[in-house]
Amino acid sequence: MKRSLILIPIWAILLTAGPALAQEEDLLEELEQEVQEDEDVIATFKTTRIVNGQSVEGAKRNVLQVVILHRFSELDEGIETFFGLDDANIMLNLEYGIADNLQVGLQRSSFNKLVDGYAKYRFLNQTMDDRIPLSAALYVESSVNTTKFPDDAPVRPSGKHRWAHTSQLLLARKFGERFSAQLTPTYVHRNLVPLTADENDTYALGAGASIKLTKGVSLNLEYFYRFNEDQTESYDPIAIGVDIETGGHVFQLHFTNARQMSARGYMTETTGDFFEGGIHFGFNLNRVFQLDGKKKK
Amino acid sequence: MNSIRTGWIIWVLAVAVQLPAQAQKYRSYKSNTSFFSEAPLEDIKADNSRGISILNAETGVLLFSIPIRGFQFRKSLMQTHFNEKYMESGKYPTGTFQGKIIGWNGLQEGQQEAVAEGKMKIHGVERDVKIKGTITVKGNQILLQSKFPVALKDYNITIPRIVIRNIAEVVEVTIEYTYKPEKS
Repeated sequence: MKRSLILIPIWAILLTAGPALAQEEDLLEELEQEVQEDEDVIATFKTTRIVNGQSVEGAKRNVLQVVILHRFSELDEGIETFFGLDDANIMLNLEYGIADNLQVGLQRSSFNKLVDGYAKYRFLNQTMDDRIPLSAALYVESSVNTTKFPDDAPVRPSGKHRWAHTSQLLLARKFGERFSAQLTPTYVHRNLVPLTADENDTYALGAGASIKLTKGVSLNLEYFYRFNEDQTESYDPIAIGVDIETGGHVFQLHFTNARQMSARGYMTETTGDFFEGGIHFGFNLNRVFQLDGKKKK
Repeated sequence: MNSIRTGWIIWVLAVAVQLPAQAQKYRSYKSNTSFFSEAPLEDIKADNSRGISILNAETGVLLFSIPIRGFQFRKSLMQTHFNEKYMESGKYPTGTFQGKIIGWNGLQEGQQEAVAEGKMKIHGVERDVKIKGTITVKGNQILLQSKFPVALKDYNITIPRIVIRNIAEVVEVTIEYTYKPEKS
């Protein structure tokens, strides 16, 4: 047999072997597509508050979240009160995840001795492939002022007049790995308002954003625009802060003109002008505990 | 002329032999991929039952694809951090292996030790690896088991210093895949 003619079938064998290797690569690609499901977007925000307002996130199923919030007095009080640190408004908050998307919580503030109960229900979750473009949750908070007023106090609200209720729609979207934004239409109903001219119902629209600076640190911004305000001077709540996330804690440090951490408080009773020095420093300590027995999906 | 015809007959036979080989693929229908991290402050274990593998019984070619979001942890926050901060599963949704079993001699009934050689890709980083495992063949069912270490640094998975006592630098991965013939 002529030597060169042997090469033809050998060359033909090699030609058919080549496509077999390429098939292997394609097969792996096919496998990769196959194992992936339409996943929900996770960690839109680092924790359940952006700064003052609630974020679309909540404690997961069987998780107990403990938050200790501090809001100090105004910085421009100067050295007298050590820039507001002397007068701390403290809130203790417990939140429990009934399901990954359903939470109930309880919180109490030292300022006005407010006790709030709330629930958050996330009914929409953004998906990685944008089939669902945003996450949405409903948040309701009922708050009661439990202060025991002395007999000679000018105003002694009783029973239902101590209550205020807040409802919010939390609409959030995660844009890529580093930026998330949320819109928060808000409705607050106060059973008692300061003056007869004031309205019991307050409507507002909040906007919040979180920008990841590093894997563990984000910069948060928040502003609520109120469509109607009281006769007495009050301001829209503005806030800027950072979230610092470690293994099991999220620390939030912020500056805001809001004195209070309860929705009825920061929404309708913010008396500080953010741009005139009416700024409060605050920080939150947030920790989650996985109560045993998480169901494996 | 006769020799040329012999050459072409050899070619036709060579092609003919390869075609049925593509039909002898085995696909996993049950799988568990888990990893274990032992560290001073805590032990971490996660399980993943969504991995899929294909074994070519003719050539010994072995493929694995495992979705990172499929790993289940006891602690929800840990699962979130695993995906969001360490594995960045938004950017790198799967871990894969593409390789071949060394010295493959076709399926043999019973149990045999084997070594797979190929490319492992985790967190977007691809490395050449050699993994030892056990293949057990019973009828047309194949069971593949293996335990091997993965050094997080090798795949650019960075552990922040603050949790260095919670997460091991080398984790132990265990796989158990059960295959049956793939219907072509």
